[in-house]
Amino acid sequence: MSGRKPFRVWIWFFFVCPLLAWGAEPILRGTGDLGVIVERGAGRVLIVNTSSNSIVQRVDGLGDLSHASVVFSRDQRYAYVFGRDGGLSKVDLLRGTLDTRIVQGGNSIGGAISQNGKLVAVANYEPGGLKVFSADTLEPVADIPAAYGDGKRSKVVGIADLPGDRFIYSLFDADQLWIADVRDPKAPKVEKFSGIGRAPYDGLVTPDGRHYLAGLFGEDGIALLDTWQPRPAVQRILAHYGQGEQKRPVYKMPHLRGWAVAGRQVYLPAVGRREVLVADTTNWKETARIAVRGQPVFVVARPDSRQVWVNFAFPDNGFVQVIDTLTGQIIQTLEPGKAVLHLEFTPRGEAVWISARDDNKVVIYDTASFTKLAELPAESPSGIFFTARAHRIGF
Amino acid sequence: MRQRAVLPPPWQFFQKASAGAKLARRSVFFAVAVGLGSAALSGIGLGYGPLALADPPPAPAPERGRELIRLVRQDCGSCHGMTLRGGLGPALLPENLSAQSPPALKYTILFGRPGTAMPPWQPFMTEAEADWIVTQLLRGFPEEAK
Repeated sequence: MSGRKPFRVWIWFFFVCPLLAWGAEPILRGTGDLGVIVERGAGRVLIVNTSSNSIVQRVDGLGDLSHASVVFSRDQRYAYVFGRDGGLSKVDLLRGTLDTRIVQGGNSIGGAISQNGKLVAVANYEPGGLKVFSADTLEPVADIPAAYGDGKRSKVVGIADLPGDRFIYSLFDADQLWIADVRDPKAPKVEKFSGIGRAPYDGLVTPDGRHYLAGLFGEDGIALLDTWQPRPAVQRILAHYGQGEQKRPVYKMPHLRGWAVAGRQVYLPAVGRREVLVADTTNWKETARIAVRGQPVFVVARPDSRQVWVNFAFPDNGFVQVIDTLTGQIIQTLEPGKAVLHLEFTPRGEAVWISARDDNKVVIYDTASFTKLAELPAESPSGIFFTARAHRIGF
Repeated sequence: MRQRAVLPPPWQFFQKASAGAKLARRSVFFAVAVGLGSAALSGIGLGYGPLALADPPPAPAPERGRELIRLVRQDCGSCHGMTLRGGLGPALLPENLSAQSPPALKYTILFGRPGTAMPPWQPFMTEAEADWIVTQLLRGFPEEAK
């Protein structure tokens, strides 16, 4: 017996005590280089680190994430995950835990966070409308049904935040665009614009928070609203870009977000065409159209605007192309893996992370040399969201 | 090489009125034929239900079956939801589909729905495979094997 006692003391002093001390003292770190990757089939997100190109933690129990999007709290600590099943989950990136989760609707895909960071809004398909929650507790604070016609409710798409704690969004079934001002959540004020064009499928707010663009599925063109005008009116830009030709069948809807703007130009996916449309944001006239490999889904400018990266709808979803914004030429075609669903740049754009759903991996490329930096395993990965979004208007 | 559905490419269906009309006549003919077939079956006491197809479609080879399940769950799922409970497109659960006849569902899959976002999937599957997908949808579509 007495022979074993010194050994136990040794264990306590050199092993257990340091562990206890480590447990008591949290590791201090920031979250600016973190992000989340959605594992769409598993109802799980991966918390990732873009400095070390690694997976930090897995967070389970987020429900149906077959189409999910994410916004971040302004302190970049929490990720709000909007799930297909109407779930809204608040994930703590520092603790790597699910902080709060509610199921607020039947079917939704997107949301936004207000300018002051205090309100999170969810765009719902079913029941169609906007619901607003406290970012802190996820308690409901406002409910704005997307009612139109004779008691019908429209699916809400293309939601983004506007300065002034407002949310702007489109009504897919009603061809309308609404701006909800929730500065007084008990009495939200809604401004409505109708006849904006047939079947708006998504929308974006420009990085200055001034213009809202709604992509139209039901006709060629983009609806544009200049929210700075005292009496804003919806205009049509890039009308008739299909030039009367029959569009190709669309196997996946394109997505729009403020990343479309690169310098003075905006780069937009053409619906049903293998083209990226380019317009000048000072006069909204078409300046170019760039032929690409397939029908674009995400058309994303690198944060410095020097390149625009494009992925494609089924069946061309194994490719990613890179447009040089100086020349308007495609300078690179990559094949990151099967079924590329999304791509996200690191905050200053030296690297891009690309999800390849059917290869169960996320591939990281250097955006200057196009060399592969790393591959991370992920189960059917879809959306990739980095915390730098927290400080961008329209994200 | 798998045999493709022997029908004109889907874009012609929407582009050229004449081809479209011809095809529409053909599909009406087909629908009527199958409709009569199932009516006849119900007449001889088999009962009419969504599953009472005149001719149960042959199951695809296991590997192709997995591909088709993945296609429906993932690619159809981008509009209809991976759980098929709906999204931008309507829900595709048995209770949502039972009001439509299996041939109508098959033709929607193969040729899409003009005027809506539903595209034609005929370039990516045979008619028999579309039949099989309809049968599976009406039964409750299988999950992807992990």
